Amino acid sequence: MNWLDTILQGILLGGLYALFAAGLSLVFGIMRLVNLAHGDLIVLAAFLILVLVTGLGLNPFLAALVAAPLMFAIGWGLQYFLLNRTLGKDILPPLLVTFGLSIVIQNGLLEGFSADSRRVFAGSLESASVNLGPVTAGVMPLMTFLSAVAVIIALNQMIYRTSVGRAFRATSDDPVTAGLMGIRPQRIFALAAGLAMVVVTIAALYLGTRANFDPTSGPARLIYAFEAVIIGGLGSLWGTLAGGIILGVAQTVGAAINPEWQILSGHLAFLVVLLFKPRGLFPRAVD
Amino acid sequence: MALLETRGLTASYGDFQALFGIDVTVGVGETIAIIGANGAGKTTLMRSIAGVLANQAASILYRNEPVGALPAPDVLARGIAMVPEGRKLFPSLTVEENLLVGRYGRKIEGPWNLESVYALFPILKERRNNPSTALSGGQQQMVAIGRALMSNPELLLCDEISLGLAPVVVRDIYAAFPRIRETGASIIIVEQDIAQALKVADRVYCMMEGRVTLSGRSADLTRDAIHKAYFGADPGAEHHELA
Repeated sequence: MNWLDTILQGILLGGLYALFAAGLSLVFGIMRLVNLAHGDLIVLAAFLILVLVTGLGLNPFLAALVAAPLMFAIGWGLQYFLLNRTLGKDILPPLLVTFGLSIVIQNGLLEGFSADSRRVFAGSLESASVNLGPVTAGVMPLMTFLSAVAVIIALNQMIYRTSVGRAFRATSDDPVTAGLMGIRPQRIFALAAGLAMVVVTIAALYLGTRANFDPTSGPARLIYAFEAVIIGGLGSLWGTLAGGIILGVAQTVGAAINPEWQILSGHLAFLVVLLFKPRGLFPRAVD
Repeated sequence: MALLETRGLTASYGDFQALFGIDVTVGVGETIAIIGANGAGKTTLMRSIAGVLANQAASILYRNEPVGALPAPDVLARGIAMVPEGRKLFPSLTVEENLLVGRYGRKIEGPWNLESVYALFPILKERRNNPSTALSGGQQQMVAIGRALMSNPELLLCDEISLGLAPVVVRDIYAAFPRIRETGASIIIVEQDIAQALKVADRVYCMMEGRVTLSGRSADLTRDAIHKAYFGADPGAEHHELA
């Protein structure tokens, strides 16, 4: 067994988990909303990309580019017209509503696409690889990881370097006082949800091109996303990447020891972190 | 013409009525002080004007237009900015970011920008990259005032800006007010420190239990009249030191 190769594959897989988790982390960080439909929204975006690829014959990357603004609009509308109404001191309403939304999306997709497993074909890219000295990495896993890093850099730049990012953080701190600054929290939340859906579209592109998916694949993606967010520390985007990597490496190492242990060892790693660092590895100073 | 006028303004928190028919006017360039004991309704009045609490539209007129029902961002857009009680800085933003966020909803050119706020409170320039939580109470109050000024307001609402601060710090903060007044802005100050309020304000309103009990020009009000309006008691029994 080549441990170096196993760990590299784990790190690259972690990029996919970080992509699953980044949108969840962004939304939680800004509005303390736990979106139980996040995984289903990833699957919904994957089906949207699939439709654009098969229906219009688009390249998957171009299809994702077309799907991103559509998903942004879906996220914006969901937040503005539905989820904003659930936000308040009580954490139960958003959990119940997003749980319901998860069921609606799954059954809507079942109705439209049946229970068959699907895949988005990316042509020769799927089997392409690059030599990195002693190990070889697939081009798609490498692109997934680099996309995760790019997404996290871009989100961090926006949050810490722009006027909108300041408004995000101010609203997260204190929505009432943010209102006194002319910030409309309801719109800020909708914008954040829209951006999270753009990240979801990128995650869906790699989910769809690297693995099979069906209408009920969402909840499993949600669990990986949750685990990555919680390992990294709630609300920290770089922590989310670290969380994804830890999860990915634990899974590939587990699988290398015994193929049956892949999923189990990921969950065990999560539990170990939770046991020793209940607030995650890189918790935000202000929570 | 009055810049701001409240007409029979009432406000409630659920079943509890906090304001009973408040009539207050503020002229262009005028500084008004609202004094009163804890629970008199001063902060409720400020929150109503700023749009944090929704009211009847016609109960608050700004430049003769009803603004009572507008939410806070719309009130700010018209030129009313508030320094909230307790400062309410954003803890995850630096000093400079707190100031910049004050411009978010009203990016108009005027006397106030980062440079002029730093000129007003030079210590803030030194600490511009510090988290706002790392500042002393007085410095935090300077950030809160600077943040409200960044929107170049026509009317500045200052709620209890001396609360919890040492007298010497309060003096430093009030030393900035002449400069703010020079820009032509109107100011409403809510203050429990009566002497300080009388010093800076053209006119004073005294509130008790949700009603205005006394109003007049600062220079015309006697100590006994204020004492009676403030505490609702006979001033002969005990004497309150004003200065």
